[in-house]
Amino acid sequence: MSEHPDTWRKPPFIANPVLRWGLYIFALGYFLWVGGTLPIDWGRVADGVGRAGRIFGGAFPPSFERSELLIDGFLESLKIAILATTGGVALSIPIAFMAARNVAVLPVYYLGRAIIIVARSFHPVIVAIIFVKAVGFGPFAGVLTLIVYSIGFVAKMLAERIEEIDFGQVEAMRAAGAPYFSTLFYAIFPQIMPRQIGLSIYQLDSNLRASAVVGIVGAGGIGATLANAFGRYDYDFALAITIVIVGVILVSEGISGQIRKRVG
Amino acid sequence: MLKITDLVKRYGGGEPVLKNLSLTIEGESVVAIVGSSGAGKSTLLRCINRLVEPTSGSIELNGTELTALHGRKLREARRNIGMVFQGFNLVDRLTVMENVQSGRLGYISTWAAVMRRYPKQDIRRAYELMERVGIAHYANTRADQLSGGERQRVGVVRALMQDPEILLADEPTASLDPKTSEQIMGLLQDLAGELKLPVLINIHNTSEAKIYTDRIVGMRYGRIIFDDLPDKLDQEAMDRIYSGSPHADRSEDLREAS
Repeated sequence: MSEHPDTWRKPPFIANPVLRWGLYIFALGYFLWVGGTLPIDWGRVADGVGRAGRIFGGAFPPSFERSELLIDGFLESLKIAILATTGGVALSIPIAFMAARNVAVLPVYYLGRAIIIVARSFHPVIVAIIFVKAVGFGPFAGVLTLIVYSIGFVAKMLAERIEEIDFGQVEAMRAAGAPYFSTLFYAIFPQIMPRQIGLSIYQLDSNLRASAVVGIVGAGGIGATLANAFGRYDYDFALAITIVIVGVILVSEGISGQIRKRVG
Repeated sequence: MLKITDLVKRYGGGEPVLKNLSLTIEGESVVAIVGSSGAGKSTLLRCINRLVEPTSGSIELNGTELTALHGRKLREARRNIGMVFQGFNLVDRLTVMENVQSGRLGYISTWAAVMRRYPKQDIRRAYELMERVGIAHYANTRADQLSGGERQRVGVVRALMQDPEILLADEPTASLDPKTSEQIMGLLQDLAGELKLPVLINIHNTSEAKIYTDRIVGMRYGRIIFDDLPDKLDQEAMDRIYSGSPHADRSEDLREAS
């Protein structure tokens, strides 16, 4: 007869039972406390449902009457997105090289990482508010905002890709006596190129979406049109804008997905 | 002539990987370095072109002391040392021609390299060498489309494009099947003769080393313990090279010291 056990249980994620149950109880208690103490005024929520009903009632049917305004807004958003993507990606490439540990010396690496962290730490809306104050209302503030936004994402992802490269190719160039920049262009660029193209297309897509948001705080584009429509209680026009935004983003996602699939 | 004297390499604060190693390679001989993994063969080769920084000692190539060079001087010295790698280290996404021309990067400006404006004589030389090793028809093919043996031929041509004074090959056949491996070893042997080029090959396959080289250097834990004609590598010598463990070797050091 076999003396081996016939039951087996997966060892618990947290081995110490006191710690495990303590954590469970703490998490449950915290949720209860948050639910009990957050000031949610249910009376006002009930009033609001009525108002929301009026807004949605006013929004139907959506009005495409002022379509030239809508098209102008969109073209501006597209211009903002394209300019910001071009500028952002162009700046992201050197910053990514600075922020990749395997190709940059330590002080440069810290500087590169710092730029990325600063660019990432604020939501585009906050950056847009600052730029609208700095350079005034309009699309230029939007472009600057989205350049910062693009650097935060593209430079970070690209730096990570540079850190993953096959370093043997770099070694081969070094062994041949190649200077620093020739090595960069021959051994590293070809390896990161597909990711670079994919990121740029993704970022264009993403900037188009974000340009609708930053427009609301005054940075131009379709967002500004949308904010104006809300301000004037033109809920039907606002709905029309929203529908078009969703449509355009669906299309641009589809196209960028296709292109990235082919490049990758 | 390559003259290595008292070379020591120590990674961090540990036991040295190369222990006061001395070796001289003269003329156009093909020299094999054999030894078990961890014997320091790769480190030795990489110290020569300074991919690895030697801790102390001297490496002289045709009268130039390599260990003291920096910056531009180091790059100029590296141009004279071709290297062939175990994993080929080709740039997969570039064409065979671009890979071959990357052996000239030390000679041309970054701008010319980026614009792919290679000097005429470099292009002619590239076709000549590619023809010689049988890959000329791949000039416009991406390097990742080639088979292992073809890739290593590209690696060899890239190294030869440097117009080197010595060729280092770090286990050039370890990623290849036996038949291709023999072809590459034969090619290295022939090219050494044709171009009057000394070749230093790290190799695990001792039977290939015996056939294709003029001299065999056996390393064990950072020291050269065999250096003779290939015929002289008998079972007894093989046992000495491949036996033992780093631990046993270290305790031997302690006994010598006491």
